[in-house]
Amino acid sequence: MAVNELTERQYCTFYLDGHFLGIGVKEVQEVLKYQYMTEVPLADSVVAGLINLRGQIVTALDLRKVMGLGPRQGKQPMNIVVRSDDGPLSLLVDEIGDVVEVEQDNFEDPPETLEVSFRHLIKGVYKLQEKLMLVLDLDRAVFSLVEA
Amino acid sequence: MTSTTGDSGGQIPEEVAEFLVESYENLDRLDQDLVTLESDPQNHSTLSSIFRTIHTIKGTCGFLGFEKLEKVAHVGENLLSKLRDGVLIINPSITTALLATVDAVREMLSEIESTNQEGNGDYSALIATLSRLAAGEEVVETPSAVAPVVDAAEPIVEAEPETIQTGASAFVFQRKPASPQAVVGEPTVEAEVSLPIVEDATPSVEVTPVPKEETNVVAEAKVETDKEKAPAGSSVSDANIRVDVGLLDKLMNLVGELVLARNQILQFTSSQTDSSFVAASQRLNLITSELQEGVMKTRMQPIGNVWSKFPRVVRDLALSVGKQVAIEFEGRETELDRTIIESIKDPLTHLVRNSVDHGIEPPEVREKIGKAREGRLVLRAYHEGGHVNIEISDDGSGINPEKIRANALKKGLFRADQLDKMSERELVNLIFAPGFSTAEKITNVSGRGVGMDVVKTNIEKIGGTIDISTNLGEGTTFKIKIPLTLAIIPALVVAAGGQRYAIPQVSLVELVRLEKDQAAVDIDSVYGAPVCRLRGNLLPLVYLCDLMGTSTAKIDDDAVNIVVLQADERQFGLVVDSVVDTEEIVVKPLGKQVKNVDVYAGATIMGDGKVALILDVMGIAQRSSVISEVRDRKLKELSASNEGENVERQTLLLLGVGDNYRVAVPLASVDRLEEFSPDVLEWAGDNQVVQYRDSIMPLIWLSSTLGVPAASDPDTASIQVVVHSGHGRRVGVVVDRILDIVNVAMNLEKVSIKSQIMGSTVVNNRVTDIVNIDEIVQDALVSFIDAAEYALSGYGG
Repeated sequence: MAVNELTERQYCTFYLDGHFLGIGVKEVQEVLKYQYMTEVPLADSVVAGLINLRGQIVTALDLRKVMGLGPRQGKQPMNIVVRSDDGPLSLLVDEIGDVVEVEQDNFEDPPETLEVSFRHLIKGVYKLQEKLMLVLDLDRAVFSLVEA
Repeated sequence: MTSTTGDSGGQIPEEVAEFLVESYENLDRLDQDLVTLESDPQNHSTLSSIFRTIHTIKGTCGFLGFEKLEKVAHVGENLLSKLRDGVLIINPSITTALLATVDAVREMLSEIESTNQEGNGDYSALIATLSRLAAGEEVVETPSAVAPVVDAAEPIVEAEPETIQTGASAFVFQRKPASPQAVVGEPTVEAEVSLPIVEDATPSVEVTPVPKEETNVVAEAKVETDKEKAPAGSSVSDANIRVDVGLLDKLMNLVGELVLARNQILQFTSSQTDSSFVAASQRLNLITSELQEGVMKTRMQPIGNVWSKFPRVVRDLALSVGKQVAIEFEGRETELDRTIIESIKDPLTHLVRNSVDHGIEPPEVREKIGKAREGRLVLRAYHEGGHVNIEISDDGSGINPEKIRANALKKGLFRADQLDKMSERELVNLIFAPGFSTAEKITNVSGRGVGMDVVKTNIEKIGGTIDISTNLGEGTTFKIKIPLTLAIIPALVVAAGGQRYAIPQVSLVELVRLEKDQAAVDIDSVYGAPVCRLRGNLLPLVYLCDLMGTSTAKIDDDAVNIVVLQADERQFGLVVDSVVDTEEIVVKPLGKQVKNVDVYAGATIMGDGKVALILDVMGIAQRSSVISEVRDRKLKELSASNEGENVERQTLLLLGVGDNYRVAVPLASVDRLEEFSPDVLEWAGDNQVVQYRDSIMPLIWLSSTLGVPAASDPDTASIQVVVHSGHGRRVGVVVDRILDIVNVAMNLEKVSIKSQIMGSTVVNNRVTDIVNIDEIVQDALVSFIDAAEYALSGYGG
């Protein structure tokens, strides 16, 4: 029980175009350095490519495109592989942060000042000691992409 | 496989679940056995097998406390025991009653499966009928007495399609005994295995302790059975084990991974020199291939498993539409991958029903036109070049293209002028068009909204094709061609725009490589759409890079690589940067973010560990839509006329002589085509000659030989020469233009009286004379070579 509660409060964090975001640890399968990707011409622009993950073919989505942010400069992206009903899915992010533990008391709704297109993909904000962590709404941002 | 009852499978006690699995299997066999028995009432071993099955069900449900089920099984058993003891002889009404019993049992079983209760169905009428029959009452001949029996069977006929959809997901693992012929009378282990219907979520495989005699009887109506030889065979069951299908699927996936790993290792090996390492990897290669084959085999099922339902389907259907139909099977042991078996089940059932309902005529009609009253439906399956062919033939009325035409017009599927242009073959193929149904009256059997278009789509979904051949009044044959397996397929790997793509070899027709010069000549565009001249036909081209929106990695002066592909009945050329290799690939599904892109059929992992996309040839054809209908029609007509009349086809070289005159020579008589500058012309005696390949080649002007006025604006820069070699000598025939090479059906008409003209034919809408080049050359030689020399060279006279 205690372990469960702990993982509920743990977030895998990453950076995306200067934003500091987090995904619940339970939703993350693994974190990988940059992997070779096979491009998929004619597919939706958020699809960055296909990755060979130990024999399994995993679709990689560019989270910057998903969130409507500008293109990535220079550095190679990192992969956060999340679990979905359709099998694993890789999200390309700029940089991986630590796994952080949060307190429920520090949660707040997304600030109104966030851009609307960005805000509705955010569940809320945790006020950490040194900075704010935006909680990514995977269902809205990623898993619902096909219907769109 | 979806089952409405599958979800509650967990509530059922284990012993009940086991009873269900076992009973479903047995019931399946019962259907077959009963129909066999009807055609061969004396078949004692079949009867015993039926009796045993019912008896087992009765016994078990008594033990489990299903009273109603037990009661039905009990009266059924009574009737059967009378039959077994020879007190009664089987007749159609007994068969119908017994089949109704089977259906009733099945109904109750599925009720038990979903609710663990026997349900509220009322079977007293059935029980009464069975008891009356068992008492030997003649309920047979009087129509009023037959009626209730038929009524009992009726709703079950309706339910039939569903029963078929919820087909089994389990199958039998069999091991060959060391020496099958060792003991006389020992049942052959390659016997048919019955396909159990398993509707719950725990598919497993049932041992089938049944000797061949009993399972195979339906195949040919009269199977010689030696009753003493085979009691319930027990030796077979020792060689079979139950295996979870999920486990087999997992094994198959693992083998797929192993194949990929093997491919990778082999790629490393090619750069290694350590001989023991190379030897080890070669061994790995061999073992992997064998393992792959072995695991594939475990997933293979004989097609007879699907067919086993058809005698019953055909019987019920024929009865309800008042027809007489005998069904025959050939090649029921032909094996197919489990997944494919699953997906052809419905299309096959539809085709079989269709043949009985629309194909085969009523007995009276058949008699009138001199056919046997009983129609024949033959199902045939065989392997052919990595494919399985399945044919469904009936000896019915065939398909009338005129009727199809009228119907298509009435339904507004096509305009009259479109239909006028269609060949018979195309008209017949219209039955696969969406929204088409030729049945004059919608019967409750075939007119169920599931058209032939669905059949076609389903077959194409698994990479198969379907074709019809029909002869009016004689019958129709549907030929289905499907791949053996879907999991691992041979593919051609090509590269375009720096990426590799795999193309399934099923769709591959040929590879064409055009060198730069040739490409400039052969590749042209028609209203902006690129085409390639390929043996006289125009092949629409799709540039893979353009389609994908990637930039080509090619340099202009490279050769052009064209992969000729077959989509539906159309051919088109896919232009790629390079052709890499052929490889066995493991097909993996795409995630849903990519799945909706129609040009991909899946993805695979290549030897270097990178992912490559598998192209969907149909999707590419549709997306690029380069294939015009007209062009397509012409191709088809060509092939149709080719098949139909068996006219001799020839490849001709089309030549222009004078301003407007067209001639052709058979390409076979042409040695080479050359172009000379007028400067190299020299004189030898009265004749113009050129030096050609270290000898002197005389030239003949075709226009003057044929008496055609010379071209008004002759090409003075070069001379086009057709080099003909015969009689030990080369002669150059000078023409004004070299036009094309075409492959045409030769329908020669003698119009001209000139001896140099073999006849005239129409090529590409122009009248063209076929020139006898041999004769022209011979005449010319006679005229300018010394007669003596001519005689010496051995072809005078």
